[in-house]
Amino acid sequence: MNSDKILKYILFTASLLILLISGGMVFSLVRGAMPSFHEFGWKFIISSEWDPTQGREQYGALLFIVGTLLTSVLALLIAVPLAFSTSLFVAEYFKNTRIASVVSTMVDLLAGIPSIIFGLWGFYILRPFIVSIGLSDQGYGIFTSGLILAFMIIPYATSLSNTSISMVSNELKEAAYSLGATRLEVIWNVILPNARSGITASYILAFGRALGETLAVTMLIGNSNRMPTGLFSTGNTMSSVIANQFGEASGLQLSSLIEIGLLLFVMTTIINAVGKFIIKKLNR
Amino acid sequence: MNQTNILAGKKVTELIPDLFSGRKLKDRLFLIGIVIFSLLTISMVVLIIGSMILKGYHQINWAFFTQSPPDTFQAMMAKMSGKTIPGGIINGITGSLYLVGIASLIAIPFGVLIGIYLYENSKKKYAGFIRDITDVLQGVPSIVIGLIVYLWVVVEITHGYSVLAGSVALAIMMLPLIIRSTEESLKMIPDTLKEAAIALGTPYYKVVMRVLIPSSFSGLMTGILLAISRILGETAPLMLTTLGNPAINWNIAKPVSAVPLLIWQFYNDPNMVDLIWSSSLFLMGFVLLLNILSKWIAARQK
Repeated sequence: MNSDKILKYILFTASLLILLISGGMVFSLVRGAMPSFHEFGWKFIISSEWDPTQGREQYGALLFIVGTLLTSVLALLIAVPLAFSTSLFVAEYFKNTRIASVVSTMVDLLAGIPSIIFGLWGFYILRPFIVSIGLSDQGYGIFTSGLILAFMIIPYATSLSNTSISMVSNELKEAAYSLGATRLEVIWNVILPNARSGITASYILAFGRALGETLAVTMLIGNSNRMPTGLFSTGNTMSSVIANQFGEASGLQLSSLIEIGLLLFVMTTIINAVGKFIIKKLNR
Repeated sequence: MNQTNILAGKKVTELIPDLFSGRKLKDRLFLIGIVIFSLLTISMVVLIIGSMILKGYHQINWAFFTQSPPDTFQAMMAKMSGKTIPGGIINGITGSLYLVGIASLIAIPFGVLIGIYLYENSKKKYAGFIRDITDVLQGVPSIVIGLIVYLWVVVEITHGYSVLAGSVALAIMMLPLIIRSTEESLKMIPDTLKEAAIALGTPYYKVVMRVLIPSSFSGLMTGILLAISRILGETAPLMLTTLGNPAINWNIAKPVSAVPLLIWQFYNDPNMVDLIWSSSLFLMGFVLLLNILSKWIAARQK
């Protein structure tokens, strides 16, 4: 065998590692979740009972699924106007200027801030502020975590939309301007229709990020196992229940936590697949 | 010709744009909205970094980088007498470096090899499949990766929380980032460069080692540094895999601390509040430094 063949063989073998990791991941999650699935079946997803008391253990994930979806949807609702404005600022209004590069560097920095630091900031600075303006008694809850999550996902929402907004061809824009369109009309009638799928994809991917965020949410949501009743009500999410209870869990409880992990894995994978599918169609 | 005919039928006043009519006004209001919302977005960065510096700087001293954290009692005594809390986060700093070091040793070689594979076989169906799976892997929440590595390493290999488990978790998070950045930076190399080398009869491994890797080196470095800066602040997977350790540890099969883990511990201990901010400031500074370094390398290339 010559050296070319050997290298090709090495490269191919390395690529198997990806299959091994992802296949092993699914296998281990499913195997770990089996005891819980045997015990509760599909009821696991629709039951909101979570009781680790010995002897009458009862586990259902509905509370956490609702908590995850509520915080992530809220985060997306807050993030979209902010991210959209920032994208237009960087990729359209102030394109290629110094101030645009300052703003985009700042947004990149936002992506570099670790989750735990967002959590600390939310806990020590945002939470007292929310209490002081009288929005809620303790400051914990869906709203506080959603707000912090929103800022955490803005970098993911802007990166791809910036590119797709700046890729809209100048000729199209100039044609609209020459017809007397204002900038807003150009944005609305030329840029948006052309960059639509890229922007949508980046918001979907950002939503996927929000679903899996752990520590910042764990520190802010209040970790109460009850159904959230409003924006300022406390709750719990899938990732934070894993983070909170994993240390002491064993047996059926551990298996139930792993099943929650499996559900989270499936949810984020579906969301990401949809986002990537849109991008793929875009590149063709 | 046609245009002059259209214009001729209008009065002069109709041709002068009215600055305050509905369309123009909307246009202006929209721009103002965009600027306000963009400022709001970046003000968050300023607020977070600013409060970190204001609350954390006075705790940063020599001991902070050379000693282990105090126990709750020592911290409480110092707090009551109004002194700065003694001790530092040396166990976290060494632990973080150890974890990230081992993770890099695993993830960088494999990541670069797989990246080269994807670049060389970009048209093959199998490579496309690997690329998709890599994207899936990149989207897996860090807490789920922690769970998996707990099942794989903590339960099966080291029979307890360990450096190895934490490093494997971080390596799995680094891998997709490095694969994609390697492939992207290899794509930037002009084909002629590679073809010239192949035309000289250079063996394939030499093309890789002498042409592909050197000419995409800054791209590779940028990707690696960004990947490291992303995992440096990861806390959730480490909570499930390395747990933490009050002392410095170099044994790969034993638990170890890390700066983000220490922050989490300080957060759960009311006496340690002051240390939270200085540790966060340190972590933040380190992460930002790596970010800036990678940007600088990327910019120098252009």
